[in-house]
Order: sequence, then C-alpha cells, then structure tokens
Amino acid sequence: MSPDLFFQYLFAGITYGSIYAVVAIGFNIIYNATGIINFAQGEFVMLGGMISISLLHFMPLPLAIASAVALTMLIGAAIEILFIRWLQSPSVMRMIIITIGISILLKEVALHIWGESIRSLPYFYGNEITTFSIGSVHISPQVVWVILASAVMVAGLNLFFKSTPIGREMRACSANRTAALLCGINARNMVTLSFMLSAGIGALAGCVMSPITYTQYDSGSALALKGFTVAILGGLGNSGAAVLAGILLGIIEAFSVSVVPLAFQDAISIAILLVILFVKPHGLFGSGDAARLKDF
Amino acid sequence: MKTRNYLPLIGLGVLMVALHLLTVWTGTQYYLTQLTMSAYYGLVIIGLGVLMGYAGQISIGHAGFFAIGGYLAAALTTRNLEPFAQNWWVQLLDKAGVIVHGQDIYGLSQMTFTPWLACIVAVTTAGLVALVIGIPVLKLKGHYLAMATLGFGTIVYRIFLAMPYFGESDGITEVPGFDMLPFLTISGDMSHRVLNFYASWTLLIVGMLFLINLIGSRVGRALRSLHSSEEAAEASGINAGRFKLKVFVLSAIYAAVAGVLLTHYNGGIGPSEASMAKSVRYVALVAVGGMLNLWGTLIMGVGLTFLSLRGVFGSFDDAVFGTILILVMLFSPEGILGLKLRPLLRQLIIGGRA
Amino acid sequence: MKRSIKCLALGGAACCLALSTMLAPAWAGTVKVGAIFAVTGPASFLGGPEARSAQMIVDEINKAGGINGDTIELIVKDTAGHSEKAVSFAKQLIEEDKVVAIIGPSTSGESMAVKKIAEAGKTTLISCAAAEVIVNPVAKHVFKTPQKDSFAAQMIFEEMQRLGITTIAITAGNDGFGKAGKAQLEKMAPTYGVKVAISETYDSKATDLSALVAKLKSDVSIQAVINWSVVPAQAIIAKNMRQVGWEVPLFQSHGFGNIKYAQAAGVAAEGIIFPCGRLLVVDQLEESNPQKARLVQYKSDYETKYKEDASAFGGYAYDAMNMVVEAIKKGGNDRAKVRDAVEGLENFAGVGGMFSFSPADHNGLTIDSFAMMTVKDGAFILYQGK
Repeated sequence: MSPDLFFQYLFAGITYGSIYAVVAIGFNIIYNATGIINFAQGEFVMLGGMISISLLHFMPLPLAIASAVALTMLIGAAIEILFIRWLQSPSVMRMIIITIGISILLKEVALHIWGESIRSLPYFYGNEITTFSIGSVHISPQVVWVILASAVMVAGLNLFFKSTPIGREMRACSANRTAALLCGINARNMVTLSFMLSAGIGALAGCVMSPITYTQYDSGSALALKGFTVAILGGLGNSGAAVLAGILLGIIEAFSVSVVPLAFQDAISIAILLVILFVKPHGLFGSGDAARLKDF
Repeated sequence: MKTRNYLPLIGLGVLMVALHLLTVWTGTQYYLTQLTMSAYYGLVIIGLGVLMGYAGQISIGHAGFFAIGGYLAAALTTRNLEPFAQNWWVQLLDKAGVIVHGQDIYGLSQMTFTPWLACIVAVTTAGLVALVIGIPVLKLKGHYLAMATLGFGTIVYRIFLAMPYFGESDGITEVPGFDMLPFLTISGDMSHRVLNFYASWTLLIVGMLFLINLIGSRVGRALRSLHSSEEAAEASGINAGRFKLKVFVLSAIYAAVAGVLLTHYNGGIGPSEASMAKSVRYVALVAVGGMLNLWGTLIMGVGLTFLSLRGVFGSFDDAVFGTILILVMLFSPEGILGLKLRPLLRQLIIGGRA
Repeated sequence: MKRSIKCLALGGAACCLALSTMLAPAWAGTVKVGAIFAVTGPASFLGGPEARSAQMIVDEINKAGGINGDTIELIVKDTAGHSEKAVSFAKQLIEEDKVVAIIGPSTSGESMAVKKIAEAGKTTLISCAAAEVIVNPVAKHVFKTPQKDSFAAQMIFEEMQRLGITTIAITAGNDGFGKAGKAQLEKMAPTYGVKVAISETYDSKATDLSALVAKLKSDVSIQAVINWSVVPAQAIIAKNMRQVGWEVPLFQSHGFGNIKYAQAAGVAAEGIIFPCGRLLVVDQLEESNPQKARLVQYKSDYETKYKEDASAFGGYAYDAMNMVVEAIKKGGNDRAKVRDAVEGLENFAGVGGMFSFSPADHNGLTIDSFAMMTVKDGAFILYQGK
C-alpha cells in the first residue's frame, strides 16, 4: 500500500469515525445520568438535521442550527416528561422497549412531516468539493467541523460534569440515586436535564454531519446502531473513550475496504463489537469495576 | 390443575375450526391466507415470548433465526446443483433420493435438494447457531445483551444481503411447495389453502403445548422468578444459565421452523425478513401481549400481525405499532391483557362517588 | 293468512328491487385498481412518488366523471419494502378486492415475489421495478414500465467507446436496482471491449464513501466509474470523487433521474453522464417529439399538486396507471380484456418512452426511450458528447 493510499484510507476512517463519535457521545450522557440507553438517540440526530434545514429558509445558518438544537432539546425534555419521568423504577428491558417505541414514533412523525426525500445543510465552509490538501491527501473542511464539534462536546461535557454544580448533581444521581435524593438533589429534574442535554448534542451532531451524510427521515437508526456500537466499544458512559473508539472503528472500516468487499463492511464492524463484548464486556477503555457499580 | 392448563389449547383448536367454518359460511375464505401467515409469525412470537418473559432475556435479533431458516430452505430448494453433478457427494445424495430434478424459470433442467432435507438442514443450522451464539451472549446483561443480540441480527442481515447465493436485495423467489406429508403440501397455491391453514394452526397449537409444559415444569416455575432475580433462582439450586440457553435455542428453532414453512408458503423470502425492523417488531409484539403472559403474547402477536398483513394501518403501520408499544409499556407493562380493568373500573366508580 | 303472505312476498320483492336499484350504480360504477408500493421504508423514494403519481391520475379522472361514467377506486397498499407483505397484498387485491389490474410493486424483489401470484390469479400486473427478469421470461400477465437496464448499459458503453475508455470500476447500491444493473454491466462489458477492474456494492444507507473512492483511485488503470443505484449515495460518491481531486468521468444510471440528487451533490454533480427518460429535459425537447405533451402534462400536474420536483421514479407509476386507464377504456371491468388491451397498446406515449407491447415483449420500450444527459450548472441537460 502506497503512503498516499494509506493516508487516504486513514482520513476516510477519521471521517467515518468522527461521525460515529458525535452520535455516541449523546448515548453516554443519558446513560451516565440514568443508566438508560436511549434507543431514540439516532432520531435526535435526524431531528437536529431536519429542523435546521427547515429553519434555514428563514434565518442564517448559525441561528438555524442554534434554534434546531434548542428545539430538539425541548423535544427531548418533552419525551422524558411524557414517557419516562413518572415511571416507578422501571426495569432495563422495559426502558429499552419504551425508547425503541419512541424511536419508531419519532421516525414516523418525521416521515409524515418531511416526506421521504433527502435534504442537507450547505457546507459550512466552501462547497461540496472544497478540500484542504496536505500533499496528495485531501480532507473536506466539513470533516474538520465534525471533529471540532466532537472535541468541543467532550471538553464541554467534562467541564460541565466536573466543575458546575448542576453537573456534579447529575453525576451524584447517576452514582447513587438514593444518596443524591437524601442530599436534597431533585433526581427527576436531573434526568430531564440529561435528556435535554443529549438531545441537544444529538441535534448538533445532526447539523454538523448533514452536509456530508445528508438527512432523511430514517437516517437515525443506522447512525444510532453505529453510535451504540461505538459507545459500547469505548465503554458505556465514557465520552472521551467513545471518541477514541469511534475513530478506531472508522479507521478499521476504512482499511477493511481494501481487503473485504464493501458489502460486508457492517458485518465486520459488528463482529468486532461482538468479540469485544464477549471478551471485555465493559469496552476497550472501560473498567469492569466501574461498570459493575451500575445496577442493571 | 393440568387439564386446566390445556383447556385453552382445546379452545384454540375450536377457534381454528370455527374460523374456517366462518369463512366458508360468509364466503370469505381468502382470510385464511393471511391467517396462515399470521400463525407462522405467531410461532416466532411465542418462542420469543418465553425467552423474554420466563428466561428474562431480550433478543433484538430473532428475525435472524427466522431468516436463517427461511433463506436456507429457499436456497437449497432453488439453487441449481447441476454444475456439481459430477461430484461424488452430489451423486451420493442423488442416490439417497434427496435431490429433485426439475426445471428453472427458463425451462432449463436443474437439480435441487428436496424440501425435507432443506428443512432439516435449515432448522438444525439455526439451532446450532443459537447454541454457539447463546453461550457467550447469554452471559451478558441489560444493554449489553440487547446490543449483542441486535449485533447478531445485523450480521445475519448483512450476510444475506451481501451474498449473491442468497439473492442479495431481491431475496429468493420461485421456491417450490413443500410436500411435507402425502396429503399436505406447504404452498401458497389456492388449492392447498385450507389444509395449509390447518397445518399452520396445528403447528401453533403444538408449539403452545410444548411451551406450556416447559413453563409448568419445576425448572420453569422456579425460573418465573428469574425474570426479576437471577440470584434468587441460582440460590434455590436452579442452573439458570442452562435454562436460559435451552430456551434461547428452542426459541431460535421455533423461529427457524416458521421461517422455513412461511418461505414455502409465500414462494420466496426477501432480506426484509432478516432486518432489524422485523426483530424489533417481534419484541414489540411480545411486549404488547405481556411478557409473562403467553396467551396474551399469542393473541396480540397473531392478531396484530394479521391486521398488519392486511395493510389495515396503511402507511401508518409502524406508527400504530410504536404507539401501541409505548402505551402498553407505560400503562400496563404486563401486556394489554394484564391491564386490570376491574380494579380500574372500581377505582373510577369509587372515585366518582367520593 | 294467504293475503298476508302475498303482502310479505310483494313487500320482499319490492325491497329487493329497491335495494338492487340502489346498489346497482355503486356496483357497476366502480372499477377497482390495486397498487402495491413501498410508500414507507428503505425504498420510499421510489414508492412515495409512485403512489402520489398514480393517485393523481385517479383523482383527475374521477373529477372529470370517470371512465365511461365509472369511477376508479385505487387501493394503495404500502409494503414498506417487505416482500412478504407484497405477497399478502397481491393475494388480497386479487381475491378479495377483485381488482381489475395491479400496478407496482416498486422493487425487483417484491415484483418477483408476486409475479407467480398475478399469473395464478390471471390479473394484470404492471411492475415499476427495473430488473429485466421481471419480464424475461415473459409471463402472460406481467408487464413493467421502467426502461431495461441493458439499454442503459448499452448507451453507457457506447459512449465509453466514443471516449476511448477501456477500463472501468463499477459501484452499485445493495438494493434491487443496483443489483440488477451491476449484473447487466458485468455481463455486457466484454462485448464492448471494456474491462471491469473493480466491482463493489455499498450499503444503500451509506453516509460516506471516501474509503471506497480511495480504493478505486489507487488503481491507476481505471478510466471511468459507473455507479448504479437509486439511493442518496449517488450524490455522495460524486462528492467523494471530486473531493480527492479524481477527475475521471462518472457515469450513473437512470436512478440518478431525480433533481434532488444533483442538488445534493452540488458542484460535484457537474459533468455526470447518465441515460434517462426525457422527463428531466422536457423543456429542451422539440415540439414534434411524440412524448412531449405527456411529459409536460405530468411535470406540471405533479409539481402543481405536490409542490415537489417530478422524478423518473414517479413516472414509472404514472405510465403504469395510464396504461391501466387506457385498458379499462377498452376492456371495462374485465380482467382478461384489460390484460389484452394492455398487451395491445401501441405507440403509447408515456413518461418513460413510447411503449409498444407485444406477446413477446412486455416492456415495450426501445433504446430510444433513453437519452444521454449530463448535469450543467445544477440542471439536467441533454448530453452532446465531449
């Protein structure tokens, strides 16, 4: 393999990986606060893209994105309040099924609002074929945007969870809900907040990736599957690890193209996940002890 | 006690005959076609129901087992063996009488396996896959289990979708009828309709009988508790791991048998049968029927599938399912039939008086 | 006593008469047509426009008083791309709803699954899917409206010969459309002296194809790429190729015949060459073109009614529905007569081309149904060669 080709694959892998990573981060927030995996996370990504595209007719791009993120956050809060908030200690299986139901509903609603055709935001910088070139290796500026967005998200979340009072309260709820309640933390509000946060992050991810991947009413579930894979690969709950795992998986997928027919690409990445799950169920970067503290 | 358990089964048999007579009486025999299809899906759903309800294991990959059954049956009974006709193993199989000589759609001669052999291979494969996958998968819990089964289903889907042998996105069509017994051919042909209806529903009843026995056994009763507490089950001397594996393999075999027969009945199978949407649909039907309520699962599974196959919900099919699923999970997690109407009514009345 | 019986009998007879006169117009005045489309699900960008196009015709006809006074009832069934649902619906439409003909399904897999059922039920089926195997071997009751893949492949290869291209790469989506096209391309390439260096299939939900493009680009012998699919990946591959500065010609199939894809690819779509029906370039056609009136009508009707661009996909169903309407005009509410009328259609101006069916040809189109097109300044224009 020539160095050129090597780097071309590498950058393709980073493109895939950064997309997977931004989706995975959203999974982790809700998981951290509640121990729930939100199967509707992919739909937040789709909603972010769709809403911002619709708003773009009325306002400039940055404002459209900001409004889309805000609206999706409201939707996230509404979903939590309507479907989750008032349940009395639901089982994991029940939560999985409820969030699957929410995912189906959001997708259908999107189909009947926006129809089946594809849409996309314009490239934030340059156009479809603009690239930064390093030697003979090319990378689209939009990929840089996606990577930047995931870096900002991880840094921002770290700051939020470690340094702000609300962030600390959210972590407390996730570590020990009863103890947090005793300390006077309103655990229910914290869960609502986590849904808002992850909806917002999903929506932002949906906006920055839309120029690359396009947005369609059912684009959420495929992304969610990849995001979920990456979140587990990295170790549930760890956003920094999710980014690493995402980029790792992206790179593996990109290089696999050179040896295996592309049609089997997804089968390969899922097979890797299964092997990791069997061998090291708490992810590549997760610690078993920390995961055991979570009750299932 | 025992006879009480079997009474509903007799009821189901009576319902089967009654449904048939009703359609004859009203001249609406065409309903039998979709009732037959629903019964096969019902078989998948009750198998999954026991896995989810009694063994406490979610599986978002059961369409994979259905597809393994269906696709293998379809491929083995349609793919031409003529290019290998000189190989010793083909000649051996031919002598053993498990190869059919026929014609393809262009009228060229072709050799294929008999449906019986295909069926046995397909169901055995599904069972073995379930066994091999089940051992590591069932050690996982919660979301990890969900992800692992989802991953398994996705891999199966991808493989069928990628391999030309399995027809890629077109799937396999022109699957012949299955001469199962001298008087019974599993085929969508109109002349076989009534017998196929009885065959599918009999299979469903036998499937139920078997599961009821399993649940009623000592292990089964003890493991009803497993759904909530595996530790408690282990403490009372039950090997929970083995039971889970057993149920997992059994439910995979149910799905595969349904896959084989429905493929012969429909004359083909497409990749959508292996898709994640299908696996999710099965989980949803179990959940709506009630995870610890096998009869609820059966009724909701067959009923809703029947409506869906008739296209009653139009392009809102998924939306309707999603809504039902959420409502049931929110208000009556024991399933629609678990909804306690009497207490609810009493509460309303008392509330009204007060 | 006797009198009362007489009264009863008389009354009964009167009731029957009244009932039958009441029911008669409703019974005689409705012709049912079935439609099986993947309105939702992964093939919805085929099924959606198809269902809307067919419904549009029916609405217009019924508004204008129907055919010979009969109104048409279109029963649209949504398969969501599931072939087992297509099977169920086909049986239901034929036996229960007693439709006079069925249009659809949208995808090749579903069409193949219901082919036998239409034959057994002696009901005309006009498929809107591309694969040639649907009408080859010819089944008495099964027709299809999309142009043959082999014509598209032939036009592409002829253009390649003109450009002196001998080594190519083929990429295709993993849907029925891509599968059939890829098989056709691989089969025909040797006859045109073209070597297929790499042939790959991508997921129809692919979000980025830059790794695939890197692989193709690293093979320096490749002089052109043919991409065959109906999914958004058509725009993605164009983008990814131009992003890495790979300037070889990109050919696409008639699946690219939707302006949305050209818009999505933006400047990367410039110069894509593909064969397609003339709907996309209707403004550039001469008045003498026999299809022109039909194309103009479809485009303006559809775009006024649904506020979205008309695409070749919707055209497949538009043609199928119009054929059924034409056949009902001749054969009325009679399956056999309708089938014969469809097979007897000659020089029928459709969106896809001029259809002339015969007992041996149930597609009815010639290679003239295609024109080579390209994208210039974000719009489709007729391709004039380099």
